[in-house]
Amino acid sequence: MSNKTKMAWNVGLIVALLATLFILEQILPSGSMFFTVLKKGAIYALVAVSMNLLNGFTGLFSLGQAGFMLLGAYAYAILTIPVESRGSVYQYFDGGIIQFTVPVPVALIAGGLLAAVFAFLIGLPVLRLKSDYLAIATLGFAEIIRAVFQWDKLGPITNGSNLLRNFPSFRSVLYPFVVSGICIALIVLLINSTYGRAFKAIRDDEIAAEAMGINLAHHKRLAFVISSFFAGVSGGLLAMYQTTIQASMFKSAMTYEILLIVVIGGIGSVTGSCISSFLFIACSEWWLRFLDNENLYIGGFHVPFLRPGFRKVVFAIVIMVMVLFYRQGIMGTKEFSIEGIRKFLKTRFGRKKAVEGGGSHE
Amino acid sequence: MKRRVLAVALAVAMVGTMLAGCGGGSTGGSGDSTGGGSSDSSAGTEAPAADGDRVVKIGVYEPASGDNGAGGKQEVLGMQYANQEMPTVEIGGEEYSVQLEIVDNESSNDKGPSAASSLVSAGVSVVLGSYGSGVSIAASDVFKEAGIPAIGVTCTNPQVTEGNTHYFRICFLDPFQGTVLANFADANFSAKKAYILTKLGDDYSTGLGYYFKEAFTALGGEVIEETFQEGNSDFTSYVTKAKNEGAEVFFAPVSTEAAALIIEQAAAQGLTIPMMAGDTWDSNVILNAARGKNVQIYVTTFYQEGGNADFDNGFKGYINSDPTATANNGGDDTISAVSAMGYDAYYVALEALKAAGSTDPAAVNEALWKVNYTGVSGSITFDEVNGDAVRDTAYVKCANTESGEWDFVAEQGVN
Amino acid sequence: MEWITRNLPYLMAGVSVGGQYALIAIGYTMVYGILRLINFAHGDIFMVAGLIMVYAVTAMPIYIAIPLMILVTVFLGFMVERVAYKPLRSAPRMSIMISAIGVSYLLQNMALYVTGGLSQQYPTIPWISDTVTLFGATTKRVTLITPVLTIVLVVALVLLIKKTKIGMAMRAASRDFETSQLMGIKINSVISMTFIIGTFLAAVGSLLFFTNYTGVTPTAGAMPGLKAFVAAVFGGIGSIPGAVIGAFIIGICENIIKGLGWTTFSDAFTFALLIVILIAKPTGLFGEKVTDKV
Repeated sequence: MSNKTKMAWNVGLIVALLATLFILEQILPSGSMFFTVLKKGAIYALVAVSMNLLNGFTGLFSLGQAGFMLLGAYAYAILTIPVESRGSVYQYFDGGIIQFTVPVPVALIAGGLLAAVFAFLIGLPVLRLKSDYLAIATLGFAEIIRAVFQWDKLGPITNGSNLLRNFPSFRSVLYPFVVSGICIALIVLLINSTYGRAFKAIRDDEIAAEAMGINLAHHKRLAFVISSFFAGVSGGLLAMYQTTIQASMFKSAMTYEILLIVVIGGIGSVTGSCISSFLFIACSEWWLRFLDNENLYIGGFHVPFLRPGFRKVVFAIVIMVMVLFYRQGIMGTKEFSIEGIRKFLKTRFGRKKAVEGGGSHE
Repeated sequence: MKRRVLAVALAVAMVGTMLAGCGGGSTGGSGDSTGGGSSDSSAGTEAPAADGDRVVKIGVYEPASGDNGAGGKQEVLGMQYANQEMPTVEIGGEEYSVQLEIVDNESSNDKGPSAASSLVSAGVSVVLGSYGSGVSIAASDVFKEAGIPAIGVTCTNPQVTEGNTHYFRICFLDPFQGTVLANFADANFSAKKAYILTKLGDDYSTGLGYYFKEAFTALGGEVIEETFQEGNSDFTSYVTKAKNEGAEVFFAPVSTEAAALIIEQAAAQGLTIPMMAGDTWDSNVILNAARGKNVQIYVTTFYQEGGNADFDNGFKGYINSDPTATANNGGDDTISAVSAMGYDAYYVALEALKAAGSTDPAAVNEALWKVNYTGVSGSITFDEVNGDAVRDTAYVKCANTESGEWDFVAEQGVN
Repeated sequence: MEWITRNLPYLMAGVSVGGQYALIAIGYTMVYGILRLINFAHGDIFMVAGLIMVYAVTAMPIYIAIPLMILVTVFLGFMVERVAYKPLRSAPRMSIMISAIGVSYLLQNMALYVTGGLSQQYPTIPWISDTVTLFGATTKRVTLITPVLTIVLVVALVLLIKKTKIGMAMRAASRDFETSQLMGIKINSVISMTFIIGTFLAAVGSLLFFTNYTGVTPTAGAMPGLKAFVAAVFGGIGSIPGAVIGAFIIGICENIIKGLGWTTFSDAFTFALLIVILIAKPTGLFGEKVTDKV
């Protein structure tokens, strides 16, 4: 297929997907868990892809994603809470000191920018660190950011450690899909550009990359800042989905979850991250919930062991099995694409590598 | 061919939906391990509807794990007991059996909304819960969007119901509770300096701490405020601080989990000033932690054991009859006020269903405004502004460190 | 004198917490030294040790329960290595770290399931749980025992590593994994031994920690684990004295910060300290300089 037809197929696929979602939304009751999973999954897909950009494509092992999401979420919430409800939200701080609002898209981008600025500042010292040290330093920064946002001296801006709420949120499942979709498309474009190739070169061999004339510090910082920008945007979206946010939600456990999504999807595969984030959210929030029910009968048989918490044990075991036996994740470093499937079918389980790039985002 | 791929993907998604639909339907169940309920045999599926029985679902949105797990479980016990006692309700001339749909919100503001969505997805008519204000606020919008009314059981923060027409509440509020506690500290211990310890990111804790401070300083007192992070288990430095600053009362409106640690460490360091807290501390976790130690603990709460003998005996019998229930109640048969509140909340929901004459959430929501019910914890009516229960008394109890029971101290209002 | 009475509790708490962190940190630092793996599950093994103790005392007297708890914990540590890390020995380092996160997730969720999400009261251990008074400050005896016991164990460990054959093998493996294999060192038994020692110390640490802070929850190991890891990095990962000194510094600083009233930042400060040291001296206080091989 030529590039043009590939493009056409991809666009067609995306439009078809959105149209299907739109139709489903009209048919199914709006309270269905299906939509909850889709909404949250779309948001996690974005943050997973942004983490993949760092860990999978640039080889920077960063564990600061939750901190950047926190920045995005707070910036979004603070800038969009309607002035009239600030009094009740900031009830301990006399309505706070910020008394204006900006439109939702502006606030989302502002969230991303705030995260990017912080990433730039944090990156100055920590990007010099190697692998595990970088991981632990970014994890530390995320914890520091969380503590700062809980500080009551900043209460007039951040509402201390209390919930922020009453900001605009979305109802339609299309909203997070469109926003995440655009962001992921941008990341894919970046990965396929000269910058993306430089990132991959750094991942494969830093010294060789430097010898090729790639400015290591510059490119690492760029990847870090861009990844954080999108993490910030997804933080804003997460705030919209949750309808309330609080600094204490953004714990390191959240980063671990995202990391697991990335690994299960395949480190270095954008579509893999997307697919696995939907699967991950669906399993953790929805499909396994029946395991928490103590009185489950199959026929007349009372299933043993079931009680609240069992769902999580099963889920954790599934994850361990994935990690141990499917080390490459769902997609490995391949991308899900029409082309890939065509080749796959053509060669009948042949081991041909799927064409890089051309990833349609799902 | 590409379409086929998409079709396959969608088909997979649809199958997933259906599977989960079945799964979702099987959550909860009226029998619920307690051996109560009327129709255990087919709990788990929607079978009751098939054999002509009508079922109305009441959602239970409570923590079963995390910080507030202990309290949440006790609250659910109250509801389950009530459900066992009154498993059916007459709605619009038809007999419906009541099925409790129980989800665990994990005491976590970010896991809460998904748990709430699963209730919405299960098609409940009304929701009870939660223990803990933060999770209630976090799920409020999910219920609002779905048009399902919720009855807050022991979430005392004003923000839960403020400006909402779908969130009701049967307990008193923190501004009231804070004032009661401050007055009590002032009147009984003539305290002029209070040490306030709250948990960061816990709306209940910061809220009650704030209202206590307001009331206490209005009485001419002085406060020292400190906070701790989630996951902290070392409270020695906080206790030291309270001692060093010469505080006369130690006020710590925190979850039972942290409270047990605080009591332990306060006792180890010989903190002899009275420790005070709100409704969360009314739990046998606290009694067990304080037993045999040299500490004074005062709490305000919704219900005093002995307030209603029928309920007390029935509930104790229920707890003792079932090992799971005993374990969920913390291993003994002490009645927590939250259980009484859960029991009342269940009956308030039934009243609303009866008054609505339909299982439609919107009708139930309308009917709730006019519900007037006298439960074991007193009379419950909702005010017209926010749907808060009109309550003007709180019970003050003191932990007896020898017998491991609560001693009644006073019934206190704000005036 | 009054100043001492006022401030001694902070110092005592700091030293005692520091000792407990040190016992956990050794497990991190030894494993990292040999496998270059941040064993995220270590903090959770520490928590599981606490839970085992809670359940063990309901069935048997305490003097049997303590050795049994230590044995079971050590076995758990051994099994975790065999099941979750050994198959990944040739895999990229990222995979094995993810596996560690997976184990941590699994242990926490198992604990959640077993305890039903409720905090478990740790049993009172006679003698060490008693209250003692020192310069007018009252505390539990365990607070005073912890640093002493920590130092004794660490000295024993250092002797083990310096004087015995297995210790020598450990040092060789941590210096150069592949070459030591070529020299005939049974690398798998060395690694197992490392995990056994690490979990043994974590089990002892959990005994001391939970006697002081008596609630065992599924996430009780997460924060101490993370802080102990920070201590290990702070002291220079791979170095046992470094980990111990790092742990004491972090424990004491944490309590001083709290004493000054900056309670919101007590955790954040630990990480700030870490970042400062990493930037100033990337290999930690006592870490060895590593040269990149091209």
